[in-house]
Amino acid sequence: MTMVKTFPRGGVHPPACKITAESPIRTAPLPPEVIIPLSQHIGAPATPIVKAGDKVLAGQCIAEAGGFVSAPVHSSVSGTVVKVDTFPDVSGYRRPAVQIKVEDDVWVDTVDRTPDLVCASDLTPEEIIASVRSAGVVGMGGATFPLHVKLAVPPGKKAELLLVNAAECEPYLTCDHRVMLEHAAEVAAGVALLVRALQVERAVIGIESNKPDAIAAMSAAVAGRPGISVEPLRVKYPQGGEKQLIKAITGREVPPGGLPVDVGVVPCNVGTALAVYEAVLKHKPLVERIVTVTGPALAEPANWKVRIGTPFSWLVNLSGGMPEDTGKIISGGPMMGKAAPSLEVPVTKGTSGILLLPASQSLRRPASPCIRCGRCVTVCPMGLEPYLLSKLSALSRLDEAEQHHIADCIECGSCSYTCPSARPLLDYIRLGKAVVMKKLRLQGRK
Amino acid sequence: MMKNSLVVAPSPHIHDAASVPHLMRDVVIALMPAFAVSVYRFGWGALYVAAVSVASCMLFEYLIQRFLLHRPSSLNDWSAVVTGLLLAFNVPSNLPPAILVFGALTAIGVGKMTFGGLGNNPFNPALVGRVVLLISFPVQMTTWPVPQGFSTGIFDATTGATALGILKESTGTVQEAMAQMPSYLDMLTGRMGGSMGETAAAALLLGFVYLLVRRVITWHIPVTIMATVAVFTGIFWMADSTQYASPLFHLLSGGLILGAVFMATDYVTSPMTHAGMVVYGIGIGLITVLIRMYGSYPEGMSFAILIMNAMVPLINLYIRPRRFGEEVKRG
Repeated sequence: MTMVKTFPRGGVHPPACKITAESPIRTAPLPPEVIIPLSQHIGAPATPIVKAGDKVLAGQCIAEAGGFVSAPVHSSVSGTVVKVDTFPDVSGYRRPAVQIKVEDDVWVDTVDRTPDLVCASDLTPEEIIASVRSAGVVGMGGATFPLHVKLAVPPGKKAELLLVNAAECEPYLTCDHRVMLEHAAEVAAGVALLVRALQVERAVIGIESNKPDAIAAMSAAVAGRPGISVEPLRVKYPQGGEKQLIKAITGREVPPGGLPVDVGVVPCNVGTALAVYEAVLKHKPLVERIVTVTGPALAEPANWKVRIGTPFSWLVNLSGGMPEDTGKIISGGPMMGKAAPSLEVPVTKGTSGILLLPASQSLRRPASPCIRCGRCVTVCPMGLEPYLLSKLSALSRLDEAEQHHIADCIECGSCSYTCPSARPLLDYIRLGKAVVMKKLRLQGRK
Repeated sequence: MMKNSLVVAPSPHIHDAASVPHLMRDVVIALMPAFAVSVYRFGWGALYVAAVSVASCMLFEYLIQRFLLHRPSSLNDWSAVVTGLLLAFNVPSNLPPAILVFGALTAIGVGKMTFGGLGNNPFNPALVGRVVLLISFPVQMTTWPVPQGFSTGIFDATTGATALGILKESTGTVQEAMAQMPSYLDMLTGRMGGSMGETAAAALLLGFVYLLVRRVITWHIPVTIMATVAVFTGIFWMADSTQYASPLFHLLSGGLILGAVFMATDYVTSPMTHAGMVVYGIGIGLITVLIRMYGSYPEGMSFAILIMNAMVPLINLYIRPRRFGEEVKRG
């Protein structure tokens, strides 16, 4: 067996729990109403261009990008705008969004909804980036960074490699896995478009080795495309962390505070590659995504193809309804996902999964004193000392926390996961990191 | 909990199964093979010291937390059991009960609770207890019963010197001393005098393997201690094998394996990083050999661990993990 690549420092091995790995993607029926948030990406919220009473078509732009680091938002359904207002998002905060009553399913006529594979023509990088931008494509692995910004490599930096993140190291989630099995050719086409947009020679698709079927499918799909290859990765969390993935595949380390492009790499998620294909060659804006709806007690866990704005409750009902003893609703995976206060929140461009944990798995163990075992230090993939950072944060000694590189924390949760005293290490580190990052940003502006 | 009420907490939402009581229980399990051999070798004495030591450690922990600190009891974390067992392993099996109880009070009271309990103590509590006993009751602490199984009572067992004691007292060449010594096979299987739990090297190593397999400890501290002792004594032995004992003798004698595997690896009092653990292990190995060769005590393991315990904050200060991306590597 060939050596499987991985990042060398730290990491943990949570149980995979990929109960939906064998479940083919199903198209979710349309809900009666959708709520489409205007801020589904990092950066400025989009500016709405529709008002209550307007008729919209699926795929129609309803909000324009609010700046360079922003993305337009499109209606995922056809129907009537009920209102433009604020609605609770997954954190419980109210954010601007457009509520649309669904009527039929009529699409903007430029969108090609046939399953036929369109081959890349001779598009220029500028044309590809323009299509990506106007389709509102953002990073779909969770960070939701507007993709066109990533594709515009800053002057003085050079991209050499496109790194497609298909590690899917979060337990439970299988949306990327299913995309690779069922849409390998489209993903490969999307990767080829990104390669051309970035004008790089090489693209590598990194897949954890517990998905041999996906590795085989993607290897076959990229066989005819020179420069694009598939790299199996060792199963270890956080293998899909941007910096860890770059380290595993290229051996390069993104410097502290730096960007992947500083080491010549542009990373993107495998779902994003699919969205790029659809945006550029099928003229379809980002209005749908695959969402894994899962949980140990859920009756019919599944991978759903969902319109953006669909309420979580709609999907959970399609998957057999919320189990009686549900104690926690998580948007995303169990390691980095966000706990939602209710099911009445919409699916956004960054929603990879909805995980329902039973009450018995929802409460943390009570914390006991630190026994200084050093496990948090051993598992930290960033080479930090979580026990120290959390203590400094708790004591508000943030200058010292900054000296000990609290800003480097990627919030992967390996420290809290592994702590035998069940101490809330990452909670405190997040508090301190937020203050330090704010200070660094203010300094940067001066 | 109210029906349909949901927990909203920051990630991560899942947790590894290992907890402090699990880890401590695994240490107790890992000590069991050596304890079984000791019971076979030392008979009633081994059972008596273990029972008295564990019971009094638990009792003192409870009393101190209840009446002096006014804190909820932490007996269920199993750390007092581990301290009690390790203290028992480190004393002769015929130690008078009053002395043993005093040792337990020192271990838990002075070694652990004065600093705030588990996690805050700079020194290994069992070793604090042991060293205070060694200094306060040198005769009782170095009167070693000869292994006789259950054939004699606890306090009327015949006594003899330990292997290291013979070596230290010997005035002739090392070969003459070796003639009175247990064979290597005896040393592996605990057929020699010594503290209750330190004599059966093979059984202690079995416990080491268990701890490694269960990922309770890593190899770093025990292996560096043993390697340092082997290299350091090996140099002397190769220089003059008539004056110095072999590395194998040093590894199998005294409390070396017990200390390296079970005492030096105490989480609270050892360094946080693997590199720090290696430095700490080398320090313990060197100090142990220096005491054995030049000190007035035949055995130096306990002192070596306590001295290096004191160095741990310094090691943690200077030996830190390498920060990701600190030096940009171009692959």
